[in-house]
Amino acid sequence: MHFRSITAVLALASLISVPAAFAAERAIDAAKSSISAEFTQMSVPVNAPFKKFSGGIDFDPAKPAEARAHFDIDTASFDIGDDDYNAEVRKPEWFDTAKFPKASFVTSGLKPTTPGNFEASGKLSLKGKTIELKVPVTAKTEGGLTTYSGTVSISRKAFAIGSASWDDTVEDTVKIRFRIAVPAAG
Amino acid sequence: MSDNKAYTRPAIALHWLMALMIIGGFAVGLYMTGLRLSPDKLKLYSWHKWSGITVLALALIRIGWRLSHPVPAPLPGQPLWQLRAAHYTHLALYVLILAIPLSGWLYSSASGYPVVYLGIKALRLPDLVAKDKELATALKQVHELLNWTMAALVTVHAAAALKHHLIDRDGTLRRMLPSR
Repeated sequence: MHFRSITAVLALASLISVPAAFAAERAIDAAKSSISAEFTQMSVPVNAPFKKFSGGIDFDPAKPAEARAHFDIDTASFDIGDDDYNAEVRKPEWFDTAKFPKASFVTSGLKPTTPGNFEASGKLSLKGKTIELKVPVTAKTEGGLTTYSGTVSISRKAFAIGSASWDDTVEDTVKIRFRIAVPAAG
Repeated sequence: MSDNKAYTRPAIALHWLMALMIIGGFAVGLYMTGLRLSPDKLKLYSWHKWSGITVLALALIRIGWRLSHPVPAPLPGQPLWQLRAAHYTHLALYVLILAIPLSGWLYSSASGYPVVYLGIKALRLPDLVAKDKELATALKQVHELLNWTMAALVTVHAAAALKHHLIDRDGTLRRMLPSR
């Protein structure tokens, strides 16, 4: 009787864990991941990280079309490395972090391009605006960790980031660089 | 005094052009750091850096010119301490016209801002050091200290030139003037 109940528990556990191994969402390893934005002021590229973000990826290499990923980025964690700059970008003209503390990116599909490379489609929501993006992604698995990295350019004006008075000093195009690490599937 | 005791025309041109750029760059530097963050502040920082890099380039040309074109000897009849003071002040000024722009460039690199000369992306200068907040703070102090040293030496340099011109009434300053 006792033995049978243990067996039953094990059987139940395997029912739960088996599907999980194939289609579970894996939380990102924030310590090994990075998301940064590179803006250009007076032709000078300035790269600064978002220090706080979270998210998860559900990706089966056999079924890329069913891949799903979502990320939440803490806009107030953007760190240019200078208190005055950091205070500036939190203002309503820029990120308006008081009103819009989070930016998010939710994918809706992943298309393989070349081996190890994909194109992710998704929606970037930032400062109350949502824009469809296509993001080139390179995937690499090493030492039990899969990293998805890439760069995508966005228009800061499309998200109403920065008032017009900055237009002749800060370029419209901002490059988002990301390196997202998750435990390798399987 | 005879003409062969004067500085060469390129040496005179470089001296006054650099004097203007250094005084201008120093004034902009003092002014811009106190501004609150604005597009104008970013513009002034860029102009300050471009003028500093120009000074660095001119300093290299000037040192090259000086090494290949001997300067006139000091006018006779001066006490030894004055000759020595002039010699070491000039030497220190030559060191500073290299060290100040270099310290600014290092400070910009350490702060994470590459120097893009004249705002032309193809003229982006290499970063001399990687971004490092503590190093940037230290380099800022070095840049400021070197600048105040230069300001003090330039004051001595100009005061000495005026003393020669107005009190001694000798030809020392005239040798560096364009209108001879």
